[in-house]
This record gives sequence, structure tokens and C-alpha cells, in this order.
Amino acid sequence: MLQAITKLASLRNFYFFCGKLLPWFAWPTLILMLVGLYWGLVEAPADYQQKDSYRIIFIHVPAAWMSLFVYMVMAMSAAASLIWKTKASEVVANSCAPVGAAFTFLALATGSLWGKPMWGTWWEWDARLTSELVLLFLYLGYIALQSAFEDKRTAARATAILAIVGVVNIPIIHYSVEWWFTLHQGPTVQVLKGKQAMDTSMLIPLMIMATAFKFYFVTVLLMFSRNEVLERESHTKWVQEERERL
Amino acid sequence: MINTSTHALKTLLWRDFTLAARNKSEWMNPLLFFIFAAVLFPLGIGPDTVILKQIAPGIIWVVALLAALLSLDTLFRADYEDGSLEQLTLSPYSFSSLILGKIAVHWLLTGLPLILLSPLLATFFHLDAAATLILMQTLLLGTPVLSLIGAIGSALTVGLKRGSMLISLLVLPLYVPVLIFGANAVSASTAGLDISGHLMLIGSLLVLAITLAPLATAAALRASIG
Repeated sequence: MLQAITKLASLRNFYFFCGKLLPWFAWPTLILMLVGLYWGLVEAPADYQQKDSYRIIFIHVPAAWMSLFVYMVMAMSAAASLIWKTKASEVVANSCAPVGAAFTFLALATGSLWGKPMWGTWWEWDARLTSELVLLFLYLGYIALQSAFEDKRTAARATAILAIVGVVNIPIIHYSVEWWFTLHQGPTVQVLKGKQAMDTSMLIPLMIMATAFKFYFVTVLLMFSRNEVLERESHTKWVQEERERL
Repeated sequence: MINTSTHALKTLLWRDFTLAARNKSEWMNPLLFFIFAAVLFPLGIGPDTVILKQIAPGIIWVVALLAALLSLDTLFRADYEDGSLEQLTLSPYSFSSLILGKIAVHWLLTGLPLILLSPLLATFFHLDAAATLILMQTLLLGTPVLSLIGAIGSALTVGLKRGSMLISLLVLPLYVPVLIFGANAVSASTAGLDISGHLMLIGSLLVLAITLAPLATAAALRASIG
């Protein structure tokens, strides 16, 4: 087991391993996405109160779930690269950042689009919106720090520390925003709470979409990681051979 | 062994104070910024007493936060450039406790004077004596957290040529909880609410920061030195 892991830790093996995994995630992503979108946007019944505009939930909620999930994956691979100094985990952590930022942005943008017809405003200083916004800032800070270093390995150590500091802070930020919000006003939470009693006809497509987003994340992560490996190892012989093959 | 490590810490603190005494502008400028920036708000918003009173806690806290941010760039830079930071990592004593000492000096020079100056700003914003006292309490608990978290950002960017802008991007999101509890404690007290909960929360943030931030800072400095 340990031998298999250390073998994988070499960037060359990691590259080909990712390449083998790729179709196993890319095709399910496509199928799940198509099924989930058709089910959610066409088959599922309209909400008795929100009519058809609630359907944005099938994008919004999976994106919001992913925004936190990706950060956790990023922090775990960052921790792995600090502990075992494996290059592959550095690559994975780096590849997580833009994907996670994109999910967070998507969650914010769809939330804002949803907020306009439902709450009558594009932006509400709601606890979840605010902590999602801070999460986006954390991602952007990570990316900014990563691109500021010239040496990839120094960058990886610095960003790994930042990612771990961020993980400690995410729950603190979340609860502080939530308590701050409850000090101010209450009503909009009711809208969000109402969703939890969800009909099965809506819950199933939502779960399909959530799974599709997970598969999509892994697919994109594998692609980004392969790209970064090629970039890091561009001076080596096997990358040049691979380039000629492509 | 304990005696020698406290001796090392004392020497380091003494050295940092001496350096600060000979280079006053480094820690004076953030303080001046604290006052200047806060004065801009009444000028921009207008001298309405009611509005100023209402926004005072938030503004004083935000400005304190920015002043702390400004002072961060100098926290490790000089020591990094002349190599003394590298010497510290080689010393036999615990690197993170030496770093905690350096952060403490930084707070004594930037955080503490800020608290002493805050009654002046409170007068500008027509805060009454009780609210001013609460403001000073929240700053007393909160500004060390700003220095401690900021030290992580400072350590991560110390090896970069243009790090100062980057620090704010890294550190500001992490400052959110302190800002929320600090400013809201003052607002809540003027509204006549109990604020012991707020103070305890900032206090627990402080305990958490004292325990974890020096470790993260030390690791970040080691990464920057390479």
C-alpha cells in the first residue's frame, strides 16, 4: 500500500495515473449532468410558491456544497504536502484553488440571481451569502499568493500553510457572520429554512446534480493536475516525449 | 535550560525595543494613519452627531484594522533582509516562542498605543464615556489577535519583493470575526445590551490565536527562508 503511494508520488506516474482515471469521471459527469438537468429543469414539478424560478436550486445548492468541499480537499492535500513533501499533493492542492473559486463564484452569482425575484434584491447581507463571499476572498488570496512566488516548491509550502490557516478560520468566520446576522435581522433565514422540507420529486434531481458536480470536480481536478505536472516537468525527457505523442 | 531560553527571549525583546526606539517612524506612521483616516470619515459623511455616533464603533475598528495591516510589512522584513531571522531559526531555542516574543513587541508598539489613542477618536465621534471604555476593552482583546494573525501573512510574504499588497489580501478575510465581535460589542453596549458574550468570544479568539498563530508564523518563516 505504502509502496503504491510513494510510487504515485512521482509526478510522472501521477500524470499517467490521472490520465487513466480521467474517462471514469468525465463520462459519468456528462451523463449525470444531462439526466440531472433534464429532471430538474423539465420533469420536476414547479414550486407552489416560487413557481419555476426555484429551479436555479439545482445549480446553486450543489455549487455551494462544492465550494466548501473543494476547500477541504485543498487543505488536506496541502497538509499532505507539508507532512510528506510529496509533489503530487502540491499539484492537487494548487489545482483545487481555481476550481473552488469558480464554484464559490457560481454559488454567489446564482444566489444573487435567485435573490432578485425572491427577496427583491440582488444582494442581502445574509449569513450564508457573507460567509460564502469571505470564502471566495480566501480562495483568491490563495491564488494570489501562489502566483507571487517564482519557485514552485516555496510557493507550495507557503500556500499550504495559508490553506491550513484558512481551514481553522472557516468555521470561526461562518459562525461569527451567523451570529452577527442574527443580531441584526431574522426573516430571510425563513426562506432558506423552508427549503429543507423538500419533496422527493425535487430532492432526487438535486442529489443527481450534486453527484454530477462531484464528478465534474474530480474530472477538472485531474485535467488541471495533468497540466500542472506537464508545466513543472517541462524540462524532462518524458514530458517532451509526451508532447510529441500529443 | 529554561533560564537560558528566557534569557534568549529577553535579549531578543530588548534588541527589538532598541531597534524600534532608533527607528521611530516605523511604528509612529501607522498610528498617525489611524488618526488621519478616522478623521476623514466625519469630513466625508458630515458632522451629524447621531449618524457619527452610530457608525463610530465600526469605523474606529475598521481603521484600527487597516493601521495594524500597514504596520505588518515591517514586522519581519528588516530581520529577513539582514539575515538575523535565519540566525533565529538556527538557534537552539523554540523558534515559535521567539516569534511570539517578536509579535508581542510589535503589538506593544502598534496595538497598545492605538488603544491609548482611541479615546481621542471616540471624542471626535461623540461616543460617551461608557461606550469609549467598552471600545478600549474590545481593542485590548482584539488588537493582539490582529497582530498574531497578521504575523502569519507577514511571514508568508516576507520573501517577496512586493509583499505588502499581498498581505492585505491574505489577512483581511481572516480579520472578519474580530471586526464583527469588536465593533458589535460597542454598538450593542450603546443599545443597552449585555456584551459579556462578545468580550468572551474575542477573548477566546485571542487564546486560539496565541496558541496557533506563532506555530503557523514559524512554519511560514521557515518556508520563506527556504
